Amino acid sequence: MDMNEIKEIFFQECEEQLAELESGLLKLNDGDRDPETVNAVFRAVHSIKGGAGAFGLDDLVSFAHVFETTLDCVRSNRLEPNQDVLKVMLKSADVLADLTNAARDGGSVDQARSRQLIKELEALASGELPQATAAEPTFKAAPTPVAAPPVNEEGFQPVAFSFEDFEADEPAVIEAPCYEIVFRPKSELYAKGNDATLLLRDLSRLGEMSIHCDMDGMPPLDRMNPEAAYFSWKISLKTDKGEEAIRSVFEFAEWDCDLDIALAGGCAVDASEELPMQPVPFDLSMLDEAPAGSAEEEEQFASRDRDAAVSAAGTASNVLQMAQSSTRAPAEAQRNTTAAASAAAQQAASAATPTIRVDLDRVDRLINLVGELVINQAMLSQSVIENDTNGTSSINMGLEELQQLTREIQDSVMAIRAQPVKPVFQRMSRIVREIADMTGKSVRLVTEGENTEVDKTVIDKLAEPLTHMIRNAVDHGLETPEKRLAAGKNAEGTVRLTAKHRSGRIVIELADDGAGINREKVRQKAIDNDLIAADANLSDEEVDNLIFHAGFSTADKISDISGRGVGMDVVKRSIQALGGRINISSKPGQGSIFTMSLPLTLAVLDGMVVTVANQTLVVPLTAIVETLQPEAAAIHSFGASQRLISIRNSFCPLVDVGRILNFRATQANPVEGVALLVESEGGGQRALMVDAIQGQRQVVIKSLEANYTHVPGIAAATILGDGRVALILDVDAIVAASRGQTLKPEMSLAAAG
Amino acid sequence: MTYAAKNLTTGGRELIAFRVGDQEFCVNIMAVREIRGWTPATPMPHAPSYVLGVINLRGAVLPIVDLSARLGMKPAEPTVRHVIIVAQVRNQVVGLLVDAVSDILTVRDEDVQPTPDISSEFEKTFARGVLAIEGRMICLVELEAVFPHEEREAA
Repeated sequence: MDMNEIKEIFFQECEEQLAELESGLLKLNDGDRDPETVNAVFRAVHSIKGGAGAFGLDDLVSFAHVFETTLDCVRSNRLEPNQDVLKVMLKSADVLADLTNAARDGGSVDQARSRQLIKELEALASGELPQATAAEPTFKAAPTPVAAPPVNEEGFQPVAFSFEDFEADEPAVIEAPCYEIVFRPKSELYAKGNDATLLLRDLSRLGEMSIHCDMDGMPPLDRMNPEAAYFSWKISLKTDKGEEAIRSVFEFAEWDCDLDIALAGGCAVDASEELPMQPVPFDLSMLDEAPAGSAEEEEQFASRDRDAAVSAAGTASNVLQMAQSSTRAPAEAQRNTTAAASAAAQQAASAATPTIRVDLDRVDRLINLVGELVINQAMLSQSVIENDTNGTSSINMGLEELQQLTREIQDSVMAIRAQPVKPVFQRMSRIVREIADMTGKSVRLVTEGENTEVDKTVIDKLAEPLTHMIRNAVDHGLETPEKRLAAGKNAEGTVRLTAKHRSGRIVIELADDGAGINREKVRQKAIDNDLIAADANLSDEEVDNLIFHAGFSTADKISDISGRGVGMDVVKRSIQALGGRINISSKPGQGSIFTMSLPLTLAVLDGMVVTVANQTLVVPLTAIVETLQPEAAAIHSFGASQRLISIRNSFCPLVDVGRILNFRATQANPVEGVALLVESEGGGQRALMVDAIQGQRQVVIKSLEANYTHVPGIAAATILGDGRVALILDVDAIVAASRGQTLKPEMSLAAAG
Repeated sequence: MTYAAKNLTTGGRELIAFRVGDQEFCVNIMAVREIRGWTPATPMPHAPSYVLGVINLRGAVLPIVDLSARLGMKPAEPTVRHVIIVAQVRNQVVGLLVDAVSDILTVRDEDVQPTPDISSEFEKTFARGVLAIEGRMICLVELEAVFPHEEREAA
C-alpha cells in the first residue's frame, strides 16, 4: 500500500469523523449534555488531528489542535456548551471540513476566517482557563476524573501527547513508572520509509529516556547488506503516560519491527543504565516471537500491571509499588478495570454493525450482472412455458423458485446501493448556518427521518436542488427577526427537512415557518415578465407554481445567495431529471412547504408493458392514473384531427402514442385499443392510446444514450423476457408533443420514475 | 515469414473485409469488437432511415445501422444470413449490418491507393482509399466519417 492510498483512507475517515463531529455538535446544540456525546465530538477532532499530523498537514493540525483544546474545556466541564459556544464550534467544524478538503484537493481556504475562529476558540478556552492557551496549549490543565475513561479509549490514537492528562491531577509524588522497550526494526521498516531516529525522537518526548543501541548483530563490512537492519535498541523510559502511549508511537511501525514493552520493576535513574542489560526473561523469549503475538503479550502485560497494583506485596525492586500507597492501589486497579470495561463496551457497540468499504464500480457491476440474471431467468421461464405441453412439471416448479430467488437477490443487491439521506441533510445544516449568517437571520434547521434510505445516485443528485431550496427558504421564506417578532412569532425561524418512504418512493419535505409566498407579488412579477397575461385568472396553486418558471425571481434586490432568477426552475428540472415531482403549498403568514417525491432507485422501475403498432413499449406505472377500454360513444371528434374521450363527464384529449412516435402513418381506431389515463407535470390529464396491455412488470433501466443518442419521447430502454429491447416511454414528452410542441431532443428521465 | 513478423518489418495493418450488396469494403480490425448473427432489432421512433433499431448485446443497448443504406445504396432486407459487425466508434459501440464478412487482410500503407477522383462528395467523405486484392476492389471505410459526431447528435 503506498502513501497515497493510506492518505485516501485517511480522508475517507475524515469525512466520517466530520459527520460524527457535526451530528455531535448539533446534538449538543439541542441540549444534549451526555458526556458520551462530548467525548464523541472530541474523539472526532482528535482523530483528524492525529491523522493529519501523520501526513504533515500542518494547517489542519494547528486548527484541529486549537479546536480540540476548546473541546477539552467542554469535556472537563470547565466550559458550558451554550448556544454561543456551539455556534463558534459549528463554524469551526465547517472550517475543519474546508481545511480537510483543501488538504485533499488542493486549493485554499479562507485564511481570515480560520484565523478569526482560532481567536474565538482560544478566547473560549481561556475564558475559563487562562493557562490553557499559553504558548504551548497542551492538555496539562487539570482534567477531572470524568476525563479518565476516554483517555483509555483513545489509547489507539497516533498522537501521544493527549495522554498527558492521564492522572495529571494526582499529586505528582509517585515516581513515574519505568518501561523497558526493546525495539528491533526489520529491514521492511526502513523499506517503507520509516525512520528509527524519528520513532526514537517521538518516544523521547514521552518522558525521561535512556537508549542503548545494540550493535551485536552487525556483520563485518564485507558481509554487510546495505539494506538490511542490524541495529536494535534497548530503551528505558520513565513516563507516566502508560504503555498505550508508547505503543502508539510505534503504531505505524509495529508490523515491521519486534517491539517489546515491559514495565520494569521501576527504575531509579541510575539503575536505568543497567536494566537493559538484565532484561526480564520474559522479554528475551519474546524477541524471537512473531509480532503477531503482540496483542496477547499486551494483554499479559496489562494483567500483570493490574496484578501488581492489586497485590501490594511486590518485590522490593518494584519502585512503582512502593510508591503507590496501598490505599490508592485498589482504587487504581478499579479504575483500570472500569476503563477496560467501558472500552470493551465501546468496542462491542462498534462491532454491532460491521461495515466494509467497497468500490462503487464493483457494486454497480454486481447490480448489472444481477439485472442480466433477472432478464435471463425471465427468458428461460418464457421458453420453458412455450415448450411445455403438460402443464405443471417439476421444471416449472424449479423455475418458480428460481424466480423468487432472483427477485430476492435483486432486492438485496439494490439494498447495497441504498444509503441513508443523512449526509445530504447534514450538509444542509451547514448551508443554513452560512445563509443565516449572511442574511442576519436566526434559523434553526430541524431534520427528521435522516435514516431514510434511497439509492446512492439519487442521494448524490439530491444535494444540489436541496441546497437551492434551503437557500431560498432562508433568504426569501423566512422574515427578519424584527418582522417575525412583529408578527408575533419566535425570532428564530425554523426550517424543517423531513424524509420518509411512501408507496415505493421517497418523499422529502422542506417546510419553513416564514411569511409564505406573496401571491400578489408573484402575480405582478409574472405579468411583468410576460409569463402570464395581465388578466389571467389563476388559482392560488397556479400562482404558487409560477415560481418554477425560468427567469423568475421575486427578491427585490439581487443578493449573493439567491435571486438571480436561476433558482426554482433549475430545482424543478433536476428533480424531474431524477424521475421525481415537486409540489408547493403555501399559507400566507405561516410559511411554505415544498414536497419532493423521488423514486427509490434509478436502476429499476415498475412499468406497464403495452403494444403499440406491433412494438412493445413500457409505460412507467407511476405516471398511469387508470386504464380503460374506450367505447365508441365516449369518443368525440374535436376540430380537424383532435379527439376527446369523455370520462365521467369530463373531456380528456386522446393521444395516439403510435402516431406521435411515428410508428404508424394514420391514427388508430380508439375503440380497438386501450386508453391509459396519465397525469403529467403541469399538463393535466391525457388519455394515451395503445393497442393492448401485455402486463405489468419490473424492468431494469438501460441507457440509450450510452451508445446512441437521446430519443425524443423515449426515456430509456429495457430488456424484456424474450431478450429483445423495449423502449420506455417518456410520458411527459409525449404529452407535451400532443399539445403541439414538437418532440425535441432534451435530456430527461422524467418519465422513468 | 509470419504475418506478425511482416507487420513489424513493413508497418502493415490488419483490416476486416466485408460485403455490402455487390461491393466490398474494409475497416480497421482494431475498431471491431465482435461479429455476430442478425437478431431482430427494436425500431426507434424518429430515427434516421439507416438506423434499423436497437438490440440487446449482453445487457447493453446497441444501435444497428444498415451500412448499405448509410452508404447511399439500397436498404438491406435483413435475413438470418446477414451479420452484425460490432464496432467501436469513438466512445460508442454500434452494430453495422453487412451481408457477410469475407476476409482478414494484412496490407501495407503503400498498398492503399487514393480514392479515385469521383464526382460524389458523399463517397469521398467516407472512403479513405481503395485496395486491389487478387483482382477485387475493396474500399477502405473510415468509420468515424460514416458516423460524424454532429450527425449523431442530430439523429
